[in-house]
Amino acid sequence: MNASGGRTDRFEYLLRLGDDALVAAQRLAEWVSRAPELEEDMALANIALDQLGQARLLLSYAGEVEGAGRSEDDLAHLRTDREYRNCLLVELPNGAPGEDTLDFGVTIAKLLGFSAYQHGLYQRLVASTDQRLAEIAGKAVKETAYHLDHAALWTCRLGDGTAESHRRMQAAVEQVWPYTHELFQADDLTARLAVAGSGVDPASLRDGWLSTVEKVLAEATLTRPEDGWAPDGGRFGSHTEALSYLLGEMQSLHRAHPGVSW
Amino acid sequence: MTSSEWPLWEVFVRPRRGLSHSHVGSLHAPDAKLALRNARDLYTRRQEGVSIWVVPAATITASSPDEKDAFFEPAGDKAYRHPTFYQVPEGAEHL
Repeated sequence: MNASGGRTDRFEYLLRLGDDALVAAQRLAEWVSRAPELEEDMALANIALDQLGQARLLLSYAGEVEGAGRSEDDLAHLRTDREYRNCLLVELPNGAPGEDTLDFGVTIAKLLGFSAYQHGLYQRLVASTDQRLAEIAGKAVKETAYHLDHAALWTCRLGDGTAESHRRMQAAVEQVWPYTHELFQADDLTARLAVAGSGVDPASLRDGWLSTVEKVLAEATLTRPEDGWAPDGGRFGSHTEALSYLLGEMQSLHRAHPGVSW
Repeated sequence: MTSSEWPLWEVFVRPRRGLSHSHVGSLHAPDAKLALRNARDLYTRRQEGVSIWVVPAATITASSPDEKDAFFEPAGDKAYRHPTFYQVPEGAEHL
């Protein structure tokens, strides 16, 4: 065990961070060529590419820490949904639950919750005792600041827009809210890594997250949903069925042509 | 919402300190703040600049092609306005 925590712990933690970013990127990329405006198409694609970049750095590093010779591609393309460690929030569809539709309000609500969380997390990980992770966080913290800004601007415009946009944005925030609790769930792994100084106790991020998100919702004239139902399980591989379809599409090329590159 | 409802904005980017903002193109956005962010995504993806201006296209007063002769023709025969009558000091890269 080195100063930053045990190898297995660090591998598992990096998978959580990397899988969050990878699944968020893949989901957001569904908007490419289908956004309401060309300009917004580019903005969402840019954000997805930032997230993909984070995922690549984190999963490459995870593979090195594991020491079993697995590359970023092996980890991304050759694990099943049960082996993925992302939170449920990022795998949720971009529209109404169970429907194959794109809803811009739901997408923005997800991005608001997730980018506010990621930004707070990376701000803390910059001081990680794990030098490599601290460097990755240093790059990602600037990217997530922009993602949060983009989500906040749209939340305000839709929430404080027309009666219809307000109604839909409020519904989107209500739909997404229960899934934000999982982001701040601590367990034995995060406790050990927080003590080692390489990880962050997720529960300690919630106050900062709440003050950021509540401020945006207030400016957007939206009501902050009540805390209640809090689905979880993503960190242990227990996902919604939406993840299987997402991975099925993402992994199809690599599984049809193993080791393919371009 | 369709593009026709989003106003047009002209985008100016300053490539680096010491140079002026130059026109690089235009885009649609619902308001100035989003226009600035869209400009960042569309025109500075490859580190093209250090500063961006966005200007509502509707507020720009432009010369008309019909006025071309009256506007620009009279400068044609005034060679003495061109700085070609003195030596450029050695080592001066930007004048």
